[in-house]
Amino acid sequence: MASTKVVNIPKGGFSFENCQRNNFMAKQGFPAPKAVKTGTTIAGFIFKDGVILGADTRATEGNIVADKNCFKLHYMAPNIYCAGAGTAADLEMTTLQMSSQLELHRLNTGRQVKVATATRLLKQMLFRYQGHIGAALVLGGIDSSGPHVCCIYPHGSTDSLPFVAMGSGSLAAMAFLESGWKPDMELAEAKVLMRNAICGGIFNDLMSGSHVDLCIITREKAEMIRPFEVANVKGERQGSYRYPLGCTATLSTRVIPIEIESTVVRPVAEESMDTA
Amino acid sequence: MSILSYNGGCVLAMKGKGCVAIASDRRFGVQTSTLAMDFQRIFEMGPHLYVGLPGLATDTLTVHERLRFRLNLYELRESRKIKPQTFSAMVSNLLYERRFGPYFVEPVIAGLDPVTWEPFISAMDLIGCPNVPEDFVVAGTCAEQLFGMCEALWEPNLEPDSLFETISQALMNAFDRDAISGWGGIVHVIEKDKVTTRLLKTRMD
Repeated sequence: MASTKVVNIPKGGFSFENCQRNNFMAKQGFPAPKAVKTGTTIAGFIFKDGVILGADTRATEGNIVADKNCFKLHYMAPNIYCAGAGTAADLEMTTLQMSSQLELHRLNTGRQVKVATATRLLKQMLFRYQGHIGAALVLGGIDSSGPHVCCIYPHGSTDSLPFVAMGSGSLAAMAFLESGWKPDMELAEAKVLMRNAICGGIFNDLMSGSHVDLCIITREKAEMIRPFEVANVKGERQGSYRYPLGCTATLSTRVIPIEIESTVVRPVAEESMDTA
Repeated sequence: MSILSYNGGCVLAMKGKGCVAIASDRRFGVQTSTLAMDFQRIFEMGPHLYVGLPGLATDTLTVHERLRFRLNLYELRESRKIKPQTFSAMVSNLLYERRFGPYFVEPVIAGLDPVTWEPFISAMDLIGCPNVPEDFVVAGTCAEQLFGMCEALWEPNLEPDSLFETISQALMNAFDRDAISGWGGIVHVIEKDKVTTRLLKTRMD
């Protein structure tokens, strides 16, 4: 079974080894399937004490809801978070990579990372891939120059605005933001506005759904509220659909016992502080 | 017809109380003609860790070998058993490396944490976007039917025996409505002290 082909140690970066084969199969009439998209409602805006980001939690694969409660708010740095729309794998991997780049940058410079740094790093990376990495982001954070919200498109263009919305539900969310946003909002007001904007997407855009997640970034801390509101509660099941034991016919049963030969428990006692 | 449904097949995994189960059908076909009824698409990656790779059969084999290679290197380097979460990240990285020329598999991972014995399940799309839910994961040509069955049958805190009945019935009733999955089923129930593998008696049409 084992061929010599498998012995390749990953070098990092993308591999294009399957492209020729996949193109050939596409020509034969077997097109490559679609990846999971997060047709999404995400939004972010500036309020009195900082920045608030919001997202719904539905991930879709065509018309199927692939995940009813997925994470769309990603950590970038202690003072910067980002909400993502587009191809789910691209968002996950891009934000992971960028958060490690930002941490290295922080260690190199010894300063808190600026939102502009994160934006520039992301847009340069996305532009390099010419839109093939399908990540549309709403980046929000607070740094020495104040609160910032910024949206980054898959091709690498950016908008820096006081309030933004992205994803397929952005029209619904933007309707609420346009009518409700004002400068220097209080936190309680901001939460309600963001909740309304995301619910606008959840209830009017078919590709957005489930719950409302919020992330509030102030000078002191960043707080992730998940879920902020369970907008769609799953119905209670009326009866039990449990099958009685033994009603599934089996051909054979094999039990592999996992025997534990020895268990060593080594308690780690806390050392008393050396005060001598 | 997408290349993912060229050979047919499906996998699902469910969480129970202190246990997890992973199940698949056993058909290997080329489009509508069935070639074998003993195809393996769930692989043991450790005493408490299983991975199912439904999709294009050639990639099922290749991805399994590549994963085994990376897993062996990991366990040699770290001299300990891999955690299911770590293994899930490993699968995700392998698939995302081929972002622009993917393997046509949608992996499903089920296992128990080797330290805490917490159940873990996850599923990915073909470019490695992880989905880690609290209940069940499905993949393959009859994913839609499986979603329906699991939403109706799954309930929290199922004991290993009940979990077996639930996952088997979900699997069989889903693939009976799919022409290119079925022809036998296999179910692994993973517990702390044992793994029970059962072959299901199913319709063979």
